[in-house]
Amino acid sequence: MDTPQESQHLRETAGYTFPILSDAKDEVIRRWDLVHPRGGVDGADIARPAEFLIDSSGKVLWVNLTEDLRVRARPEQVLQAFDAASVSNQRSE
Amino acid sequence: MKRSWNPRIWIGFVLSLAAMVSYPTVFARYPATRDIPWVTLLLIALGVFLVASGVARAFRRPEAYRGKISGSILAFMTVLLVGFFLVAIFYGARQIPASHGAPQVGQIAPDFTLPDSKGNNVTLSRLLDSSFSTDEGPTTGAASDKTAAVALIFYRGYW
Repeated sequence: MDTPQESQHLRETAGYTFPILSDAKDEVIRRWDLVHPRGGVDGADIARPAEFLIDSSGKVLWVNLTEDLRVRARPEQVLQAFDAASVSNQRSE
Repeated sequence: MKRSWNPRIWIGFVLSLAAMVSYPTVFARYPATRDIPWVTLLLIALGVFLVASGVARAFRRPEAYRGKISGSILAFMTVLLVGFFLVAIFYGARQIPASHGAPQVGQIAPDFTLPDSKGNNVTLSRLLDSSFSTDEGPTTGAASDKTAAVALIFYRGYW
């Protein structure tokens, strides 16, 4: 996994403006059951790929847990889930 | 009669190698050629066909074509490398543990605090409670000042 410095380098070179967090001690991926044991370089425990959409109350609106490293959520899928969430948000207001 | 050299074997071998190298470096970047690697598989199939036909004609007409020995060695290497490659992308890539304890739709996501790339602590619940902002400042033109949702992407690093 990447250190904050490596993530900052990635943000700058790729031009990403969203925050990239660093779970150096695997605390969150353990609590969320997203550990891929010895999946990283030199047998380090790293995260399995996972994508979540969480609404303002903290509830999970959408989740994608791939079974294939090559097949991750596409940006359009996440945006669609966002749109669906905005629509239901407006309805509830 | 001088035996002509048998380029099919070499072209096929190089094409197979190029197909395998270009998957991670080029075609895996685009979902349309990554999820179902049809370009890579077509290139591999063409490469293997060329090697096979080259070796076949070296054995069938050894008086006309070279390549019985070199072709056999290259064909063996092609099969071995293609085999490793196919196992890696169709079997190896699926060897990730299932997650039974991850928060499911409708459940409350466990809160956490982690440092961002500049060392500032970021807390999920506070992110959800605030209006979304980036390095360029708060998103403009938002209909409401409250966050609709947060996309949380777990990735493996090494980018």
